[in-house]
Amino acid sequence: MKRLTLGVFLVALLAGCASTEPAKEQARAPVEDRAAQPAAKAEGSATPLAPAASQVNPLRDPNNILSKRSIYFDYDSDAIKPEYKPLIEAHAKYLTEHRSAKVFLQGNADERGSREYNLALGQRRADAVRKMMSVLGVDEKQMESVSFGEENPRATCHDESCWSQNRRVDIVYEGE
Amino acid sequence: MIRATDSAKPLRLALLLVLWLVAAIPARATLTIEISGGAALQIPIAIAPFQGEEAFDERVPAIIAADLARSGQFKIVSTAGINPLPQTPAEVRIGEWKARGASSLVIGNIVRQPGGRLDVQFRLLDTVKADPQAPGGVTQLAGFSLPTQPSQLRLTAHQIADIIYEKLTGEPGVFATRIAYVTKRGNLHELQVADADGANAQTVFRSREPIMSPAWSPDGSRLAYVAFEAKKPVIYIQELATARRTVLANFKGSNSAPAWSPDGSQLAIVLTKDGSSQIYAINADGSGLKRLTRSDAIDTEPSWSPDGRYILFTSDRGGSPQIYRMPAYGGEAVRLTFQGSYNVTPRYSPDGKSFVFIQREGGRFRLAIQDIASGQVQVLTDGGLDESPSFAPNGRLILYATEQRGRGQLAAVSSDGRVKQKLSTEAGDVREPAWGPLLKSRP
Repeated sequence: MKRLTLGVFLVALLAGCASTEPAKEQARAPVEDRAAQPAAKAEGSATPLAPAASQVNPLRDPNNILSKRSIYFDYDSDAIKPEYKPLIEAHAKYLTEHRSAKVFLQGNADERGSREYNLALGQRRADAVRKMMSVLGVDEKQMESVSFGEENPRATCHDESCWSQNRRVDIVYEGE
Repeated sequence: MIRATDSAKPLRLALLLVLWLVAAIPARATLTIEISGGAALQIPIAIAPFQGEEAFDERVPAIIAADLARSGQFKIVSTAGINPLPQTPAEVRIGEWKARGASSLVIGNIVRQPGGRLDVQFRLLDTVKADPQAPGGVTQLAGFSLPTQPSQLRLTAHQIADIIYEKLTGEPGVFATRIAYVTKRGNLHELQVADADGANAQTVFRSREPIMSPAWSPDGSRLAYVAFEAKKPVIYIQELATARRTVLANFKGSNSAPAWSPDGSQLAIVLTKDGSSQIYAINADGSGLKRLTRSDAIDTEPSWSPDGRYILFTSDRGGSPQIYRMPAYGGEAVRLTFQGSYNVTPRYSPDGKSFVFIQREGGRFRLAIQDIASGQVQVLTDGGLDESPSFAPNGRLILYATEQRGRGQLAAVSSDGRVKQKLSTEAGDVREPAWGPLLKSRP
């Protein structure tokens, strides 16, 4: 069984098939369904569960705000909108309570314009989230802000419905 | 299918992955190039079949003709109906070629030598006026014999096209150069290198994470590029002959935009380790980091002048992204672009007198070229999503990325905007082209 799995894994790797949608790896943050405008959903509607007999990892618990990992931005802006503050506060709290946990803050930009300039714009957004977390008490050693620019789009059409999904920062915990 | 003992499995798997990632594998997609437009004055030239060419798969005269035609500076005159075709200067009847409008004629032959070697011999002849003093009355403009082998015939043909091009235009030809570019199919990203005419595409690096900003070392032996397999942008340098790969820069934050100095000893790079995106210089072995820009803004996309004295770069320190120039050691930057609110991706021309860049106008991104001394700007393309311009090493053509029918494709435009080329692949997106250097010789 092991050998078969290995073989299948390798065949999948080597096939490099031309699928039309990018396959999401395990390494990514969980993908959220964002067909509607991002503003419609946020506002911390989920409440953290009290610690219970169950061993659910709060970072992966869909009922826990910590499983939400993306902050969205307006065009040409790195300003953090008020609706995302509860999310950032929740992750900051988790990181202050788990001092060995580390996060990559991955900034992204929509596809318009130069790739390298967009890498820098994405970086600005990631830095904005990092600064806010630092003010909330998170140690700099627990965070690294980086950018994927326009290279990691969540949606690939060529209008605002997709561009808005790509102007974002993803919080990715080390080891995910 | 692998057979492995349980204890060796992880090591074998890791080894296989490493080999798979870096092996130079012939790429599945090939590039085809079509040309439109042409130079104001095209040189009419005829290329006769070479004696002995039928014995080989690669047809040397056809490759030469395709190279010259693709430059947009030549008009290929047909040899059909000329009977018999001349094989020596003495057999050339100038009147026949002049009547077809050819001002030059190329004849040649391929001679087999012992041990599988070949000599490809050619002569470039003037068919404008007879010279009674010359053998056969025909002036020879150039004539060479190039030793080669059957496996190298394409390269030899490109070298002959370069000689002809230089003889008739006065500029070096770029037909024997190579280009690098990135392809994306699904989540498979590949860095590929191909001949300048799109043939012989090889994958030099592949990854399930993005690849960006390939940059050739000035001697053509290495490529610097940005890859994301560490979940952040890191700059690597890969030696093409050996596929050996080293990390040039993996500082905290993002590492990107590598640009080689003209002598190949240093690179300008962009780091965010000290705050915003800033430009640094670093030795090619990763030592000696030196910060060059000091702003709170975004400074990125460095490009060295050919004499090594200046660096052009993109900065939004003035409120919008514009192009600036600073001394190569850092120091005060001067703003160069003043039209519109978005001018990015400057690339010095090989003669250092102008730079190509991307200009946004009315929401559309297009190529433009600016003369440094006068500040004059000429728009070169009318695409909507043009990006990543890269000069050919003779400064004549500019390779860039664009969007055709929803897919990323490459294109080229001459530095005066008159000649246009479309380079297409079979599947997936192509982006981030980089034109390789002129080489004194190739192995």
